Amino acid sequence: MNFKQLAAKPQKLASGHRSCAGCGFPIIVRAVLASTDDPIVVANATGCLEVTTTIYPYSSWKIPFIHSAFENAGATISGVETAYKALKKKGKINQEIKFVAFGGDGGTYDIGLQSLSGTLERGHNILYVLYDNEAYMNTGIQRSSATPFGASTTTDPAGKLRPGKQEFKKNIAKVVAAHNIPYVAQASVHNLIDLTKKAEKAFSINGPKFMVVLQPCTLGWRYPSAKTIEIAKLAVESCFWPLYEIENGEYKLTYKPRDKIPVTDFLKPQGRFKHLFSPGNGQMLQKIQEHVDLEWGRLLKLCGEA
Amino acid sequence: MSKTEAFTGADAASEAMRQINPDVVAAYPITPQTPIVMKFSQFVADGEVDTEMIRVESEHSAMSACVGASAAGARAMTATASAGLALMWEILGVASGSRLPIVMNVVNRALSAPINIHCDHSDSMGARDISWIQIYSENAQEVYENTILAIKLAEHPDVHLPVMVCQDGFITSHGIQNVKIFDDNKIREFLGERKPIKALLNVKDPVTMGPLQLQDYYFETKKQQDIAMQNAKKTYLEVGKALSGITGNTYDFVEAYNLDDAEVVVVTLNSTAGTVKSVVDKMKSTGKKVGLLKIKLFRPFPYEKVAQLLENKRAVAILDRSESFGADAPIYGELKNALYNANNKPKLQSYIFGLGGRDIYEEDIESVFNDLISNNIDPNKRYIGVRE
Repeated sequence: MNFKQLAAKPQKLASGHRSCAGCGFPIIVRAVLASTDDPIVVANATGCLEVTTTIYPYSSWKIPFIHSAFENAGATISGVETAYKALKKKGKINQEIKFVAFGGDGGTYDIGLQSLSGTLERGHNILYVLYDNEAYMNTGIQRSSATPFGASTTTDPAGKLRPGKQEFKKNIAKVVAAHNIPYVAQASVHNLIDLTKKAEKAFSINGPKFMVVLQPCTLGWRYPSAKTIEIAKLAVESCFWPLYEIENGEYKLTYKPRDKIPVTDFLKPQGRFKHLFSPGNGQMLQKIQEHVDLEWGRLLKLCGEA
Repeated sequence: MSKTEAFTGADAASEAMRQINPDVVAAYPITPQTPIVMKFSQFVADGEVDTEMIRVESEHSAMSACVGASAAGARAMTATASAGLALMWEILGVASGSRLPIVMNVVNRALSAPINIHCDHSDSMGARDISWIQIYSENAQEVYENTILAIKLAEHPDVHLPVMVCQDGFITSHGIQNVKIFDDNKIREFLGERKPIKALLNVKDPVTMGPLQLQDYYFETKKQQDIAMQNAKKTYLEVGKALSGITGNTYDFVEAYNLDDAEVVVVTLNSTAGTVKSVVDKMKSTGKKVGLLKIKLFRPFPYEKVAQLLENKRAVAILDRSESFGADAPIYGELKNALYNANNKPKLQSYIFGLGGRDIYEEDIESVFNDLISNNIDPNKRYIGVRE
């Protein structure tokens, strides 16, 4: 799908929702939903996406949508998809319908991990899309296991003694890939051609599919709202957030930066990393660069590019 | 057309589920519920039902999957006990708040800590205010019939609420009794197909389920939920009357056993009601004016009916198989409320019994009746069979 085709697709998430100026997830949601022409039913974990699009009596969803709780988007979509199977078997439904769950990093890396794991293991024919903004943004920027090393959040703030988060981000794609599902992809909001290509591929595959999409958050990452796409691009160009897919266990890089930029180029424009650039914290910056290099090297090997 | 089977209470629940033939069952093992889903899984494996089964990784996911399936338009069922019900708690509220007619068999078991696998009612009584209809069953026969009734009640357009059908862990769930099973076709004809007003799978009429409601709408939604609960009383009787046409049994809010002649009464629910009946028979034969009031429908609570049956009695003992720590025990509290406006109030005595599966014997119940007869009544909770 090119930009022209993408722009011509019917809008399944209406405008007028209440997400922040500069928020990345409406772009992600629209791109994913535009990647199939079949009807879609959506399940959504509690979080920014849900609270900004379903304020009763209004709804931005032009397609069937269900929100149940924070930690159960996986189990909920399992139930919907299984009901579809049952009613199709009984001849009550004949058409093809796709099932998509959206969850944030809190609802997926943390509280919803078990529910997601069960869903993947049972082989439901669904696509789970994780919009990863690297903290609990809906409740006010608290640390999650997706928060990167060094970031300052409201529950692990940079202070005199402790300079923000001291643990590296969980590698959710690897966790998901360990379930041996047919398709796992890592994407970013700034590269819509790559994102929709992955979503289109996911929709064409039978079984559980998973996509994790980086979604910079203007409030939580603390940068001007016009810079969401730019920041996401820096994450990819620095190899902090590589774009790749795992199809039937085979890793494939879908974008390789021509010149890998230093990770500080990605960190510097963001307020959540500001303290790392104070005198005396250079060691932490070095640690982050080393971690990025190590993970990038490993990924290149897995993708047969090393 | 019926046949009699030697069934446990768990078998009776599985048999009802086989006849119901739900679209989706999502379940997770927990003692003493497991035999229900084990037997039902065999029905699925042998193609005796059309059900799609989701073998989830927790009870939280069992209820979440039922919510998804029911919202999609399917008839969805599950079963649980004790810690499983506790783990579901958050999603119990989602199910009732979203007005989804899910039916769940609950095999009553004590809550941790200390861990204990035996019967008491702490689990379902802990969920009594979460807007699920609760029907309690004395024996396997009632489990079977209540489960069928529950489907029709839950899906009724005036109700649209989930229902739990409760039975005593091990005592009922694992004890073998004769159960009269009615014709498959008659039961299926009685139930019909589920006809949801809105369903996620109706993609031509998209619906947003589980929205955010703030100060301006949430309150109305909750009020409607209570109206639906109140409606459930009338619907329960209507549905019961229709089921009566097949089974010949009656489905009232309560069962009155030797109540007309009684001066003193024991109130309880589930299997202990059977033990009380045996004591009533024995004491009656020696000229004692004793009776039993068995609560069948606990949510919504039949206040008027209970008051009508108990006013003018001399004394009433309420036997609760669960605690409300620091407060009146669940059934006792409701009885007190029910009788507040009665003209001729009986004296009430609260008893707690059987926690963690501690047995209750006929002599214990006889002694309760004798307390009532001799006017040995005080405002304190009493405990049956507990060491000081």
